[in-house]
Amino acid sequence: MASKAVYTRGDPMLKKRDDFEDMLEERRISSDLRFAAKCFMPVLYKGLTPCTPDTLKSAALHSDPVNYVIHQVAKETGKALDDVRAEAEAILDEMAHRLQLSTVRFFAFMLSKVFKTLFHSVNVNEEGIQRLQQAIQEHPVVLLPSHRSYMDFLLMSYILYTYDLSLPVIAAGMDFMGMKFVGEMLRMSGAFFIRRSFGGDRLYWAVFSEYVKTIVKNGYAPVEFFLEGTRSRTAKSLTPKLGLLNIVMEPFLKGEVFDVSLVPVSISYERILEEALYARELLGVPKPKESTSGLFKARKILREDYGSIHVYFGQPVSVRSLAHGHVDRCQFNLMPRHIPARPREETVHFVNNTAYRLVRAQEENSVLKPWVLLATLLLQKQEAPMTLDELTERAVWLRDLSRQYGAFLHWPDQMHPSEVVSSSLALHGGLVRVSEGRVHLEQAGAAEAASSPEDQLLSRAVLVLSCASYRNQALHVFLRPALVASAVRATSSARKVEVFDCFRFLRDVFSNEFILCPGATMQDFEEACYLLEKTGALHVTQHDMAVTKRGQKTLDFLTGMLEPFLQGYLVVCRFLLEESAEALTQKSFIPAIRQFIIKHLLQGRLTQLEVLSSDLHKNALAALLRLGAVRRAQQDTLRVNKVKLQSVEDALGGKLPPPNVASARL
Amino acid sequence: MNAAHFSPQPYDSYTLSRRQHGSSMASGSDGGSESQQVAQQRLRIIAGHLRAPADSGSAIVAAECKAQGSEADAVQQEKRTMPRRRQDIMKWNGWGYSDSRFLFNKKGQAEFTGKRYRLSGMIIPGLKDWFESTFGASLQHKTPPTPLLNNNAVQAPTLNEPFVDDLKSSGIPFSHDAEDRVFRSHGHCLHEIFAMREGRFGRLPDVVVWPNCHNDVVKVVELACKHNVCVIPYGGGTSVSSALECPADEARCIVSLDTSQMNRILWIDEKNLTAHLEAGIIGQDLERQLNESGYCTGHEPDSMEFSSVGGWVATRASGMKKNIYGNIEDLVVHVKMVTPRGVIEKSCQGPRMSTGPDVHHFIMGSEGTLGVVTEVTMKIRPMPEYQKYGSVVFPNFEKGVACLREVAKQRCAPASIRLMDNEQFKFGHALKPQVSSLFTSFLDGLKKLYITKFKGFDQNRLCVATLLFEGDREKVLQHEKQVYDIAAKFGGLAAGEDNGQRGYMLTFVIAYLRDLGMDYYVIGESFETSVPWDRVLDICRNVKARIVGECKDKGVQFPPLSTCRVTQTYDAGACVYFYFAFNYRGLADPVHVYEQVEHAAREEILANGGSLSHHHGGKTSSRGFSFASRERSYACARLNVQDLCDTMTNHKHNPNTEVCNCAGVSVVVIIILILYVRLAGQIPIIFLILIMFPLPNEGGVTGVSRRAKS
Repeated sequence: MASKAVYTRGDPMLKKRDDFEDMLEERRISSDLRFAAKCFMPVLYKGLTPCTPDTLKSAALHSDPVNYVIHQVAKETGKALDDVRAEAEAILDEMAHRLQLSTVRFFAFMLSKVFKTLFHSVNVNEEGIQRLQQAIQEHPVVLLPSHRSYMDFLLMSYILYTYDLSLPVIAAGMDFMGMKFVGEMLRMSGAFFIRRSFGGDRLYWAVFSEYVKTIVKNGYAPVEFFLEGTRSRTAKSLTPKLGLLNIVMEPFLKGEVFDVSLVPVSISYERILEEALYARELLGVPKPKESTSGLFKARKILREDYGSIHVYFGQPVSVRSLAHGHVDRCQFNLMPRHIPARPREETVHFVNNTAYRLVRAQEENSVLKPWVLLATLLLQKQEAPMTLDELTERAVWLRDLSRQYGAFLHWPDQMHPSEVVSSSLALHGGLVRVSEGRVHLEQAGAAEAASSPEDQLLSRAVLVLSCASYRNQALHVFLRPALVASAVRATSSARKVEVFDCFRFLRDVFSNEFILCPGATMQDFEEACYLLEKTGALHVTQHDMAVTKRGQKTLDFLTGMLEPFLQGYLVVCRFLLEESAEALTQKSFIPAIRQFIIKHLLQGRLTQLEVLSSDLHKNALAALLRLGAVRRAQQDTLRVNKVKLQSVEDALGGKLPPPNVASARL
Repeated sequence: MNAAHFSPQPYDSYTLSRRQHGSSMASGSDGGSESQQVAQQRLRIIAGHLRAPADSGSAIVAAECKAQGSEADAVQQEKRTMPRRRQDIMKWNGWGYSDSRFLFNKKGQAEFTGKRYRLSGMIIPGLKDWFESTFGASLQHKTPPTPLLNNNAVQAPTLNEPFVDDLKSSGIPFSHDAEDRVFRSHGHCLHEIFAMREGRFGRLPDVVVWPNCHNDVVKVVELACKHNVCVIPYGGGTSVSSALECPADEARCIVSLDTSQMNRILWIDEKNLTAHLEAGIIGQDLERQLNESGYCTGHEPDSMEFSSVGGWVATRASGMKKNIYGNIEDLVVHVKMVTPRGVIEKSCQGPRMSTGPDVHHFIMGSEGTLGVVTEVTMKIRPMPEYQKYGSVVFPNFEKGVACLREVAKQRCAPASIRLMDNEQFKFGHALKPQVSSLFTSFLDGLKKLYITKFKGFDQNRLCVATLLFEGDREKVLQHEKQVYDIAAKFGGLAAGEDNGQRGYMLTFVIAYLRDLGMDYYVIGESFETSVPWDRVLDICRNVKARIVGECKDKGVQFPPLSTCRVTQTYDAGACVYFYFAFNYRGLADPVHVYEQVEHAAREEILANGGSLSHHHGGKTSSRGFSFASRERSYACARLNVQDLCDTMTNHKHNPNTEVCNCAGVSVVVIIILILYVRLAGQIPIIFLILIMFPLPNEGGVTGVSRRAKS
């Protein structure tokens, strides 16, 4: 596979990870003003030709690729060359960053204040910082942080400023420009803005990609962007977007730089600022438009406690070593390099594989808090709330299990488990309530009697989805064993081959939902079997596998983990089979299925509130489209292939009857 | 029949530089018989440092060659440089003449011995510091070569007695003396020289023969066919493509066919400006003898002191003055080659033909796998009236390349224009001989001050282009101005003739310097590529960086020397030449490490759009690539060859029929498709097919004649 270097397999227990240092500690004892005014002398790329943001712009504008496309566009549209060039210049003006140290210093001051109020600590692995510093000197660097919050890129720049590293140039969505003043502020702190969609606009693409490539080739500054493309509302990693990754790799593939270092960065929040916001969004309450006044209204969040942040700078990955043996760079030899050409299939594969591996690296280095484990347990036992002691006992069990599975768990071992549990519950008081010694998933003091059953349902769903977003942080740890566990449960026979077939099917269906590296089915299966066997849950021989007695508990837990997703996909299938009206379009799909589910929930035929998540609906639809059970017809309408869809549903549901799913089987 | 396999590739490719220019320029300030004066001066110069040794006098001329040999031939024989016993004047385990070498004297100063070169007998004060700081080498740590050739270590020859008997009766001189055989068992690849220095000999040629003329070669090849003996042609012996290596598993007798005694200029045609040469003549003799008549070929590969005309043809050589005179493919008018199935040659000396693929293009670059080149007609030019060196300093390499590109675009490249990178500039600087006068050193100091302080050039980034102009005095001066004007646009400053000349000197001493390095744990080699203009900078940067990175990975303890120069310009691209050397202390198998790094570097070259080689020829160590890069064109060729093989079997097996046909053929189309495919082992398979399509005779001219020898 493309890269052993991105993340290594083998025993996850042996994974070596760096220690963290709290960078707020120093901020709390010394002057923020002095910090903001400090002498800032970052190390630079050794091959750098110094230049300003403006020379960068004009270099991109006058580059061969942009010139080429300008000429092409002029020829095809019949516009004057100068007009097209002016257009390109306008695009560039709209896009380009204007990094100013003074703005950065302003942010440094403000953010110090904000961070100190919001967070207990901001923890950074300093060894990662040192590696990054080294990498910046050697080759152009691309920073790839995970994206969970608006805070992410402010936080990144803040960290780099603190550690005297050159400030990144950040790809940001155009929507920020909607915020007057703030948009410009961000621009001056190094953000450049790209339109969310520019479909077939060749000129835009050329200008944009050349602008980024110019930055990379010149080594001007680290380029930062989010592989996931957007903030993940569910805290699961999103399927990576390849556009920008393609662009930053191209200078290497075409030989214009010797190498490019990709640095995955995992940012883990103990409590996400947008927590409830995301849940509402998933339930269909539209996302408020970014606006300056909105930002001020959000001030109230300043009064709350958001725990700590962990930022882990991963091992820089050399594109050169990744590409070795996978991409034949000679493919670019037979054409001038500035003429845009469709990349070869092997190159597309390579970029895709790399993207997945980088997201996996982000996942693996993300820090899990005890609350994540608690949320997982609470969600699985919604019906029968546990007592504090039960919860503590199960949490300890899960702690050990997750450690064996290689989770990067930050469990304060010096504290008594019950203390850990109660302090976690306290931090997330908005989601749980302890009454009569039992832990309920409820908002404290919510008086719901007055509202309609539907409102009640939705407000509970907000709670569940918020909770689920924490559980999702741990999904990547348990995902592969959980898929095997589900496959074992679904297959009555103990034959390994059959389990594998089932595993493969599930993995395929869920590959839009979770980060599952393409083409690594066998590897994932073996890794999962290894883990299950190591923890004594499975007994695996050459051809057979059997669940051990003590393994039942683990398997219950693991299948429970996948349960909401399985149910969700089944509901989507059912909906399409039953209600697929002629005029169902991709747009009307989401509201329609939401209504369908609410109806069923109210009738008690469905129990899992999580299936209301629109993210799940989208992923399920994408999976069905991919599997050919649904296809896209004219005007975005969806056509259902009933036979195929039925077979998918049967395979998912019929073969997979986990014990408590009966009610969900419509 | 067909038994004589021409083992891998023969001949000298001509890298490992060695060229010289007598003085910076021919004076030529007085008018009058300027050209004569120039000619004489040039002669003096060449005589000065290429002093021909007294002939060994053992010239045995085979009977039938004597017939052609006029008195003039006898005179030429006197002047020839290369005796049959080459080891008498040349190193058997290093580069060049035995009396010329670099060494660190007792005071620790570098010195070049002998009297042949301009640098001979001089102290080079800067070399030691450069050597120690660049490689981390130390004069305390020596790795001297095995001093004497140990005859016991040499395998006894595998003699094919009937062949030897026939050879004896033919009267062609031959030998199976160990020294002769060892000398011809290798070229100048690093691994070959390294093994020689350690006194390790692999498979050697079993017999060395010295044919005296074309007919002798025909006879030798014929005998080889008859007795199933391998032939490896040997010209100057400067090959860097492992072409002279004998396959270790070859059980048959291997004959090294040394062309050094075929070294006459057979005629000069002043009307058409061509000269007909025997293929064994070496560059320096050719140039000297032509100069006597007021002509030159202008073909000056870096190895021209030792490499031969036949070798140039067989390896598709390129000379540094190709901008005026052209590469070998532009210079060759006619070639005669002896193959196992007869002699190939064109029937005319016309400048161009359009009857199918050009036979010459199969011969050039075939590296001896198809036959022995015996005679060549080459273009000649009147000697240039005026020669002038020059140099330009650029603030950085990027600017320099941009300037060269512009020069190429305007098609005003001087005879030679080369751009050295910063490391190579420093290298050249370290080779400055001790200056005698205080004034010169004062001037040097001023120059340096001006460039670095006043002009603000960074000493660690600047690079220098060296120039050589040739032609009429006035035109040269005009040309010079044009080039300097272009350079000025790219921030270049004229830096004097001296720097330019030293740049060229570097090329000819580099091979001697490698021997010095090998005395102190430093090994290195050069390789080259040709690449489109837009990729020149990228390839230079990436290949150099790759070398440094790979060395680190492979456990080399000290940073290597990894440097390049843009050494030729073309309309559509340039030739880039890389030097790579490192200190191998602490490595168990330095040659292997070297080869791994070189392999990686070549991989990088290919990935960056460069060719495998511009002029060194196909190296066996890059075999894996060779196939890939030739694959496309050859795969087609092979299919066709095999098809044709099947349909044309009659012709193939009975060459005489064709000869008969020849007489009455109006149009003869010859397709020669050549393929050598190396299988897992080292056995080259040669497909050589001559196909003739006889058409109804109208009593026309014979297009191509081919004499079968059986």
